[in-house]
Amino acid sequence: MKTPIQFRLNGEDVAAFVEGGANLLDTLREIVGDLSVKGGCWQGTCGTCTVLIDGVPRLSCITLAETCSGSSIETAAGLRRGSELHPLQIAFMERFAAQCGYCTPGMLMAAKALLDKNPNPTRQDVIEAISGNICRCTGYEPIINAVLDAAREHARSRA
Amino acid sequence: MLEFRKDIFADERDDNLLEIGQPTQRQDMLGHVTATSRYYDDHRFANLLHLKVLRSPHAHARIRSIDDSAAARAPGVKRIIRAADVPVNLNTLLSLMQFGKDDEPSLATDVVRYKGEPILGIVATSERAALEAMALVRISYDPLPAVFDVEEALKPGAPSVNPTYPKNTFEYHGKYDHQKLRFGDVDAAFAQADVVLEDRYQMSPIEHAPTETNGSIAVPDTNGRIVVYTSTQALFFSLDTAAKINALPSNQLHFIGGTVGGGFGGKVDTMTEPLAILAARLTGAPVRYRFSRHEEMQFGSPRGAERIYIKDGIMRDGRIIARQVRAYFDSGAYTRLSSYAVIKCAGHIPGPYTIPNVSADIYCVFTNRTPATAMRGFGVTAIDFAIECQMDKDAVAIGMDPLEFRMLNAYRDGDMKAHRREAKNCALIECAQVAAEKAQWPLRDEFRRMSSRQGGAARAGVTDRSRMPAPAVPPRVPASTTQRVTYERPMPAVSPAATPPPPPPTPPQPPAPAASGHGARRFSSVFGTRRR
Repeated sequence: MKTPIQFRLNGEDVAAFVEGGANLLDTLREIVGDLSVKGGCWQGTCGTCTVLIDGVPRLSCITLAETCSGSSIETAAGLRRGSELHPLQIAFMERFAAQCGYCTPGMLMAAKALLDKNPNPTRQDVIEAISGNICRCTGYEPIINAVLDAAREHARSRA
Repeated sequence: MLEFRKDIFADERDDNLLEIGQPTQRQDMLGHVTATSRYYDDHRFANLLHLKVLRSPHAHARIRSIDDSAAARAPGVKRIIRAADVPVNLNTLLSLMQFGKDDEPSLATDVVRYKGEPILGIVATSERAALEAMALVRISYDPLPAVFDVEEALKPGAPSVNPTYPKNTFEYHGKYDHQKLRFGDVDAAFAQADVVLEDRYQMSPIEHAPTETNGSIAVPDTNGRIVVYTSTQALFFSLDTAAKINALPSNQLHFIGGTVGGGFGGKVDTMTEPLAILAARLTGAPVRYRFSRHEEMQFGSPRGAERIYIKDGIMRDGRIIARQVRAYFDSGAYTRLSSYAVIKCAGHIPGPYTIPNVSADIYCVFTNRTPATAMRGFGVTAIDFAIECQMDKDAVAIGMDPLEFRMLNAYRDGDMKAHRREAKNCALIECAQVAAEKAQWPLRDEFRRMSSRQGGAARAGVTDRSRMPAPAVPPRVPASTTQRVTYERPMPAVSPAATPPPPPPTPPQPPAPAASGHGARRFSSVFGTRRR
């Protein structure tokens, strides 16, 4: 028995039929085809699969797809506008804030949730915002610095 | 920030470097930040099947019976894979280079030897269907006594873990149960040492925990080959291992990888590809075998745990005159790569220090734990940790500054290593000097002037193996090495002709570039050129 759900994904309307109990991570990757979302633990502990649901960072692996009907979901695939990169993406590149790249989509979304809400974060704000996201190779310092850089760049471009 | 100290060994370098010292962007960075980099699991196939593996709940047990009849009839199940289905079930990773005997089954036959050992595979239309079918498999076990401690495993009467190596030790060169290093005479040296210090160091196994778990997708191609998308760190190694286990010519396999979501050594063991390929061949469909996080932790090999005993003989003047090491590497139930880690460890002893009397015995031991594997300098990191802890304790024991103690004993050019190789291109003293400067660690004048180029060559040798290498006659001290009188260390008799004069701190002329044109003269032993 499958259930129809509808939501907005990076600004576009999406519809899918999902199994009862299906999680949002598998729904996005296997049914909708958004492969920018990565699975790391499938048990809500590593933050790799972080997406924004109505602006709030959520772990898509432990979010029931059916509960997302009517929501607006953002993933890393929607960060850039055409060929124009989001300031976070530029800062991650320049600060060497990605090594294997696997935690990067989740990191970017956790950081975006922070900057959307708080454009001038302190270092401590950044640390708290990404505290649910595990990185095993880059190290957190370049990531923290990249997020702070992106915030500064964002502020400058708005001024 | 990165800083190049070009004043050190300035006469030996040329700086026609194109890339070194220049920032460069990774080619995969744009893919990473736009989340378009394709990891193995970012490839999509119609009618993909999923392989899940039933694993042993026991550390050591005999399998009495397996009843998978209900599982085979469960919804969505396409195929059950048993040990008998695996063409070459027994393998060892380094058999590709004729090192070690085949000792690890892809699927257990009669005995399981660690908790998490694979027993049978279930191929189904979804992971969920495979897991639900797995719950219907009935296996009856007779638990066997297990051993979890490396030294317990070596005692007489200990449970035998691995039938290929019944004495619980890996076998080197077909006959030796450990790796041995002998240089000088440690017992005589201990008898003469002012202080003898012995301690025990115990490591824990460490899980690599890459954010992407191990996995692969095997896809039958229309030309009869199997295309394998994989998270492996060792593409061709995995290809050949998978070919061996599946009894296929390696040209029947096409491996695609390279974008790896973290590895650190935990993705070299070819843990998923052989069974994914077998499942694809048995079903004719693409099959994904992806570790859950729990499998990654339980079954994915960790860094092995080592137990290390170090005994040092030290003189009050700061010289280490003897070092004895006994080390046990916990290989887990099967070999994987620990046999090689032991060799690396043996090659690293006694650390970067010139010690005239060295003895080491290093064992690769089988226990009923998850087999261990590579992780970031495995074989060396643990012994280094132990050695450097020991160095601090040694320094305290004789009341010497720990950094100066290291510098005094550091390899210098011309020293004879315990492996009977001459030390060349040494730089530990210079590194310590820069580190001390950066950390504002006070060094006495003679240590600030110390050089890796001077004072070596006569501190340890293979010719005089009976006693410590104390020169019979008072050494002639060249003017340039007067800094070494403080600790009354016997000075080598160095003929001025053999030792070039120390270079001026800033050469008036840049040195002539090497004819080869590459910029790495100091570390150029691989190119066949030597400093002296």
